[in-house]
Amino acid sequence: MSTTTAPAPTEAHVPEQRRLTPEDVAARTSPRNSVRETVSQTLTMAWRSTKKMRRNPEQFFDVIIQPLLFTAMFTYIFGGAISGDVKSYLPIIIPGILAQTALTACMAMGTQLREDMDKGVFDRFKSLPIARIAPLAGPAVADVIRYVIAATLTILVGLAMGYRPGGGVGGTVAGWALTIVAAWSLAWIFTWLGTIARSAQAVQGISMMIMFPLSFMSNAFVNESTMPDWLQTFVKVNPVSHVVTAVRDLMNDGHLTADVGWALLGCAVVVAIFAPLSVRSYKRHL
Amino acid sequence: MNVIPAVHAEGLVKTFGDFRAVDGIDLHVDQGEIYGVLGPNGAGKTTTLKMLATLLSIDAGTAEIFGVDVRRDPHRTRQLLGVTGQYASVDENLTAMENLWLFGRLQGVASEKARRTAADLLGQFALEEAADKPISQFSGGMRRRLDLAASLITRPPLIFLDEPTTGLDPRTRGQMWDTIRGLVADGCTVLLTTQYLDEADQLADRIAVIDRGRKVAEGTPDELKTSVGNSTLQLQLTSPGDQDDAASVVRRLLGEEPVLSPESGRMNVALEDADRAADVLIGLREAGIGITSVSVDKPTLDEVFLALTGHDTGADNDELELEAAR
Ligand SMILES: Nc1ncnc2c1ncn2[C@@H]1O[C@H](COP(=O)(O)OP(=O)(O)O)[C@@H](O)[C@H]1O
Ligand SMILES: [Mg+2]
Repeated sequence: MSTTTAPAPTEAHVPEQRRLTPEDVAARTSPRNSVRETVSQTLTMAWRSTKKMRRNPEQFFDVIIQPLLFTAMFTYIFGGAISGDVKSYLPIIIPGILAQTALTACMAMGTQLREDMDKGVFDRFKSLPIARIAPLAGPAVADVIRYVIAATLTILVGLAMGYRPGGGVGGTVAGWALTIVAAWSLAWIFTWLGTIARSAQAVQGISMMIMFPLSFMSNAFVNESTMPDWLQTFVKVNPVSHVVTAVRDLMNDGHLTADVGWALLGCAVVVAIFAPLSVRSYKRHL
Repeated sequence: MNVIPAVHAEGLVKTFGDFRAVDGIDLHVDQGEIYGVLGPNGAGKTTTLKMLATLLSIDAGTAEIFGVDVRRDPHRTRQLLGVTGQYASVDENLTAMENLWLFGRLQGVASEKARRTAADLLGQFALEEAADKPISQFSGGMRRRLDLAASLITRPPLIFLDEPTTGLDPRTRGQMWDTIRGLVADGCTVLLTTQYLDEADQLADRIAVIDRGRKVAEGTPDELKTSVGNSTLQLQLTSPGDQDDAASVVRRLLGEEPVLSPESGRMNVALEDADRAADVLIGLREAGIGITSVSVDKPTLDEVFLALTGHDTGADNDELELEAAR
């Protein structure tokens, strides 16, 4: 016995008028998502992420504890050795901690995304006619909440410890904003890692390996002129150094220096490279 | 009027490494049908469905959904489909209501309308009371229903259901069947996969039997059963406790082992020849065993499968698991 070919079904189950003609199909469907649709889908995905955050408050632990702990710890440990006293170290360390906190806060993106993508609901996202960037950009938008918390707390702790930014309110707010922009941009590197790595643990491991050199092999805690030449070379090209310098310029002097421009350009380049890479590798997961 | 098929696929192939999970399958589903893809675990059902739903790339062959080329135009294809996977694909962090609203919004349904449609669907699927509960508190049946509801929020004309009742208890399964029939009454076309032969029999207008990535037969449930020949005597015993005695009567008269369903008190006996049914009935009366209903039917699809492939569905599972482990 091989194949029994059935005669065409005799019974019409659907009333004729409900049947789709090629014209109906063309009318029901659109060839691609418009920009407006993409933005709306991204915001809906961001809404989903904020719900998730609210139900898993441990997602806020890092951005709350780290600014409180690190700011106090680093200042008291290194302050005397590097700047003579704690108070004169604050203008150096606070922008440094801001950049480091931004980096660790956005690092969580990759692990979160990888865990999320392994869940069943991502199968549904893939089967829906939505822009492929929406499931990636949505969490990124929602994550801004975490960066705001981290940056704000760091600055508040600094102020409480006696930091008096020379750039005034305007400079401080500008430095705060730049920190958040930098975190959001660098998050795309980790988003990309989330889409290529095999497991959440792998993402975690690789992220750590990226995070530590980027944050410590920079001018965040120590003036780079005290370092060996080869290290200085790396410190100078490290985008984190540019962000740190830019934040210092803004907060301590209230100046819009070239480093602010470089930092912003660096952020834009990171997004321009890693957002498309992320979408590409997310699509390949299909 | 120019009516197009809901699904038309020719020579679909999917290979994983050098293993051909789907090996040249043709499918044709007309609008308004319930089409069943029947096969044991590992036969390639999910893989086939995923290719048609743009979730897996098609290695060879062609597929069209309502005339739209799946490979060339995945975005249009996705707008015509609702997919309910084998495993729940709803968001564990959201409530039932939030899930439906999310999927509606993502597909461009306005916020207020998405909320209304979600509420309607929750009512229709008997989930109103659970609307604001987290999914983690849902039973298996509730998850399945929510999953299906999530596929319906934009009223797609074609629904894929991958093993919609696997793991459900018989009562919940019956409810799911009613729901699926309701979809078709509303004008949907349904392509479903199942390992349960009675499910395909109950629901599908036409069935493709799939084994090891190939279609081994296609037809209406009746045609498939006729193709096997013989018949089956189905008995409903008055008291389920009599089953053992009844079974020994059958063994004595026919030298055959009957198939028993202990909880329902049903007994099926495969017959070489429909005439032998009378012998069994007389034998049971002589033994004082009461019967509430009796019928002589064409065989079940289980028997069909055995006849078509020369192996039964259970043994195949073990074999394929071994293959998968290698
Ligand atoms: N991603 C994959 N990689 C390798 N093998 C796979 C993959 N997905 C499915 N298979 C194999 O393909 C075969 C068919 O799988 P599947 O379509 O899931 O079967 P069914 O849904 O009928 O149970 C199985 O042997 C399975 O092990
Ligand atoms: Mg399957």
